[in-house]
Amino acid sequence: MIGSLDARLPDGPIENAWTDHKFDLRLVNPNNKRRFTVIVVGTGLAGASAAASLGELGYRVKAFTYHDSPRRAHSIAAQGGINAAKNYKNDGDSVYRLFYDTIKGGDYRSREANVYRLAETSLAIIDQCVAAGVPFAREYGGLLDNRSFGGAQVSRTFYARGQTGQQLLLGAYSALMRQVAAGTVALHTRAEMLDLVVAEDRAVGIATRDLLTGEISAHAGDAVILATGGYSNVYYLSTNAMMCNVTAAWRAHRRGALFANPCYTQIHPTCIPAGDDFQSKLTLMSESLRNDGRIWVPRALDDTRAPADIPEAARDYYLEERYAAFGNLVPRDVASRNAKTVVDAGRGVGPLRNGVYLDFSGVLERDGAEVVRAKYGNLFDMYQRITGEDPYRVPMRIYPAVHYTMGGLWVDYNLMSNVPGLFVAGEANFSDHGANRLGASALMQGLADGYFIVPYTVGDYLAGRLGKEGPGTDHPAFADTVSDVNERTARWPAARGSRTVDWFHRELGQIVWDHCGMSRNAAGLQKALSEIPALRQEFHADVCVPGSAATLNQSLEKAGRVDDFFELAELLARDALEREESCGGHFREEHQDAEGEARRDDERFTHVAAWEWAGPGAEPIRHREELTFSAVTPTTRSYK
Amino acid sequence: MSTTNNGALSVHLRVWRQDGPGDAGRFETYDVGDISSDASFLEMLDVLNERLTLEGREPITFESDCREGICGTCGLMINGRAHGPQKGTATCQLHMREFSDGDVITVEPWRAGSFEVIRDLAVDRTDLDRIIAAGGYISVNTGAAPDANLVPVPKEASESAFDAAACIGCGACVAACPNSAAQLFTAAKVQHLNLLPQGQPERWARTEAMVETMEQFFGSCTNHGECEEACPKEISIDFIAWTNRDYVRAKLKNRKLAGQV
Repeated sequence: MIGSLDARLPDGPIENAWTDHKFDLRLVNPNNKRRFTVIVVGTGLAGASAAASLGELGYRVKAFTYHDSPRRAHSIAAQGGINAAKNYKNDGDSVYRLFYDTIKGGDYRSREANVYRLAETSLAIIDQCVAAGVPFAREYGGLLDNRSFGGAQVSRTFYARGQTGQQLLLGAYSALMRQVAAGTVALHTRAEMLDLVVAEDRAVGIATRDLLTGEISAHAGDAVILATGGYSNVYYLSTNAMMCNVTAAWRAHRRGALFANPCYTQIHPTCIPAGDDFQSKLTLMSESLRNDGRIWVPRALDDTRAPADIPEAARDYYLEERYAAFGNLVPRDVASRNAKTVVDAGRGVGPLRNGVYLDFSGVLERDGAEVVRAKYGNLFDMYQRITGEDPYRVPMRIYPAVHYTMGGLWVDYNLMSNVPGLFVAGEANFSDHGANRLGASALMQGLADGYFIVPYTVGDYLAGRLGKEGPGTDHPAFADTVSDVNERTARWPAARGSRTVDWFHRELGQIVWDHCGMSRNAAGLQKALSEIPALRQEFHADVCVPGSAATLNQSLEKAGRVDDFFELAELLARDALEREESCGGHFREEHQDAEGEARRDDERFTHVAAWEWAGPGAEPIRHREELTFSAVTPTTRSYK
Repeated sequence: MSTTNNGALSVHLRVWRQDGPGDAGRFETYDVGDISSDASFLEMLDVLNERLTLEGREPITFESDCREGICGTCGLMINGRAHGPQKGTATCQLHMREFSDGDVITVEPWRAGSFEVIRDLAVDRTDLDRIIAAGGYISVNTGAAPDANLVPVPKEASESAFDAAACIGCGACVAACPNSAAQLFTAAKVQHLNLLPQGQPERWARTEAMVETMEQFFGSCTNHGECEEACPKEISIDFIAWTNRDYVRAKLKNRKLAGQV
């Protein structure tokens, strides 16, 4: 059982907290570093940067990815940019302002000290990336360009065309490959972590499945870092890549790591709506489109006229009408909820009536197609490629989609979970975004964790392990874990039911989307809590997984991941039910004001909910970490 | 030619099936009907795979992940063309509206000596990572970087470096090349760094190491230009010319001095 949650937050003013804390962290001398093995799971921004940095320091690193190459993680798909408080634009930005914006954007549900450190670290990230050859956008004088992003009032976003995530990941990947060549990092590709090995109450290794041969093997390490991303694919349709999953984090949870705030999920308002029932994933388009596009739906139900034939008076520009100050630029959660309201009311557009218009006719008429092409050409081409419609002639159709998950494994200030030796970095942890993440902050957090936080804090943990050699793979805990994994994996090829894994995943996603999506209520969440275990039971009884466990078998891989999504989905619904307030991405219909705006309950819910696994079928235990605010005062977000 | 037709199509597929690296492999044929022209090519294969699964047959193994054309995981030979008929488009971004009702479509894995077939349409592209490990980086340890604006980068250099850096590492250039050379991949990676001021100290050593590692694992470039045609990011073969120039200079120069000039 877990006692009180100690986040090990530093004392004193937040401006010096990280500097002071770094001084307090213990060091491992260079000769001793090579005695320690650090396991890093995942090679996205957080994992690749952590593995490379730890290798440079002299640790023996084992890096694991289920991809064929570490360059493919979904960090690569981030478009918009990365924030840093450089104030290169002389527009009044500062570390404090980035901190303030992030903590407010998170709806006062994150830790002040963590968020301040993130803002502080943003400066060094940009320096590091530029030195590594990331081709950020530049001005004619050769200096770095910045833009305003996601409604920020300062221009602090560094970007590389619409492919910032790709370029940052290639930078971290190249640093990683340099260490692979130097022999400090042993790279394991096509190896999926299926369990965490815990012995002597510490994380001591992992069990992986070789995706080509099916072999389950054990790997020992003095510390384990999970950088395995978020869980948006619990909704089936999301902007995440096809393989993104929660298994590594979930298996760590089942081995004792607390899972924090699973109900904090982010819906992105500008995605391309699903085109048919076999849609496999959703594609996001940069929200910069809302700078010039006007969002509307027909006022009347069942108005099936072509958009151009609908006169102005019959159009409802609902964001402009409702939010005079911000209009189409209201934050992501507000824009998303309002789109849902009009579509649910039967006023959606498109063949499946599942979108709203994002109309560029005004700016096209005013500035001409060439100006629009210069600004948004790539995005318009992408839209046309996917939908077959020309947005220069007909309005785009957009709809919100799940995009990012703020919840994740609970970690302390050192990014260590409650299981000693288990560190969690990037989207996989819950640490910095509170109930809502600001645009261009995900890349910042992944790289902050990997380049500049974990390398110090892992050292502090390992310094305490000097002279106490961890158990090797001959410890019985490894054999036990491998045998658990073998047993779990072996059940799938025996499954010869009448439904595919994807069918169950789609059904699960629909339940989670309907009841734990953009807005939630107690009745819906209770319904989800009864439907999810029932469907899971059916999944076990009736799923069909062809092929063998001893070869590359994509159906089998998916079966294990979906199985874990079922359990996570239940926890997500339970967390959402218990959090009786609306904050950030979590909107409870019972908690809104007369105008339909979110109402936080600071008195009852200024805390992190960190859930403890209590065994299969047992009610998980909800722990609390109280949040205190000394630098900022929580206020109500208003965009009217 | 794009159309906005949302109608359904039926297509006849000839798909390469191979149980493992040692298996001889064969084509199998499948009819897939009632596919929306708005579906992507890979979603059409998803539909077929679900059907095969329920019929008690093994689904077709093919790789994809982001399905946004950026991660480089996907890659199929479609009717003999790497990534299929639409120029500048990765397989995952190809949609069925590019095909007509009744089409016969041949689907094969990347064909290249260095890309061993793992199973069906999935191949092993690990050798591309070896080229990066040989020198596709700037040697700067975490924490050692100066302020980002200390070194101005001319906008033109930055833009050209980006054009090269847009490579998604899918391997279409290798699959399209009659010699199975990875020259466009290598050149894109070399020039991304060689064009930037930050990449100058290691320019000659990098070029030599990466080009020679490419030659070790892949065929040699003889300027066919098929790679540029197949590249989903439309990366120019000008980068190959520049890399050849850098390679010759690297060979001629005394590299110990070169870092100082």
